[in-house]
Amino acid sequence: MNVDVVGALAPLAFGLAVIGSAIGVGIIVGKTIESVARQPELAGRLQTLMWIGIALTEALCFIAIGVAFIPFPAPTH
Amino acid sequence: MLEKVLIASALAPSLPFLVNADDPNGGFVGPSIDDFFPPAVLFQGTPFELNRVLLIRLLVVVVLVLLLWLGTRNWKIIPTRGQVAMEFAIDFVRTGVVIETLGEKEGKRFMPLLVTIFFLTLGLNATGTVPGLQIASTGLIGQAIIMAIIAYATFIYAGIKAHSFRFFRNSLWLPGVPLPIRPIIALLEFLSTFIVRPITLTLRLTMNMVAGHMLLTLCFLATNFFFITVLAGGNALGLLGVGTLLFGIVFTVLELFIAGLQAYVFTILTAIYIQLALADEH
Repeated sequence: MNVDVVGALAPLAFGLAVIGSAIGVGIIVGKTIESVARQPELAGRLQTLMWIGIALTEALCFIAIGVAFIPFPAPTH
Repeated sequence: MLEKVLIASALAPSLPFLVNADDPNGGFVGPSIDDFFPPAVLFQGTPFELNRVLLIRLLVVVVLVLLLWLGTRNWKIIPTRGQVAMEFAIDFVRTGVVIETLGEKEGKRFMPLLVTIFFLTLGLNATGTVPGLQIASTGLIGQAIIMAIIAYATFIYAGIKAHSFRFFRNSLWLPGVPLPIRPIIALLEFLSTFIVRPITLTLRLTMNMVAGHMLLTLCFLATNFFFITVLAGGNALGLLGVGTLLFGIVFTVLELFIAGLQAYVFTILTAIYIQLALADEH
C-alpha cells in the first residue's frame, strides 16, 4: 500500500518532541511544590533550582523548533 | 526579510490555517505570519524603515519612559494611589526576582539592568492584548535577540569580573566529576552554558508571543467568519461563532498572563545566569 504524506512533518515532529519536555517540566514543578510543602523556608532556593531545571528541559523543545529550519535535502521519489 | 522567509518556509506548508490563501470563494482566511511583517509606514526604502510593529515598539518605549519617570517623581512618605502601584511593581522585581536570586549586595549592581529588562519585556509583550494594537512586538525576533545578547554579555562579564579567566575553567572543568568523563561533561557544559542559553532565551520569548498572536487571531477571525459570512448567509452553523468568541476572550486573558509570565521568566533566568557566574564554585 502506498501512503502519501502531504505537507510538512515539522509540526508533527515538534508535537512529539514537546511530549518529553512537557512531562519533564511537569515533574520539575510538581517536585518543587512537594518540596516547598515539606520545607517552606527553602522556597526561594528551590524556586531558583526549579527555573534552572525548566530552562534546561525546555531547551530541548526549542532545539526541536530549530531543527525545522535546518535545510535538509528534499526527498526524491 | 530573511527572518520572514525562514519562518514562512518552516510554517507555511505545515498548517493550512496559517497560509494566507486568498480564497476566491469567500472561504475562511486564517491568520498568517505576515501579520508580523506589515507594509512599511514611514521612511520607505531607507534602512530606518518603520512598520506598524516597530511603531508600536517606539510607542511602548515612550509610554514606559513617561510612566516610570512621572510615576517615580517626588515620592512621598505617605504614598498616593499611583505611588503604591509603582512601588508594588518595582518592588516585585526588586525583592521577588533580583534580591531573591542575587542577594542584597550583588543585587544592587544588576538591579537597573534587570528592572529594565522586566518592564521592557512586559510592555512589549502586553501590546499583544491591547485593543487597537493587538500585536506583541516581541513577536519579531530582533528584540529578543538584543535582550538575550545583553543578558549573555552581562553574565559573562559578571563571571570574568568575579573570577577573571578562571570563570571559564570553573564553569566547564568540574572537579566533582570523575576524570575520564570530565571532557565530555565539559563539552556538554559548554553547549548548555554558552550556546543554548542565549538561543533559548530568544526563542522562548519570541515563540510564545508568535503562538499567542496566532491563537488569538485565529479565534477572532473565525468569529468574524462565522458571524459575517456563515450566519448572514443563512446557515445556523454560524452560531459556532459564539464559541470561538468566548475562546477568544479566554485566550486574551491567558495571553495577558503569559505576557507577564514571559517577562518574569526572562528576568529571573538572566538573574540566575548572573548568580551562577558569580558563584564561587560549581
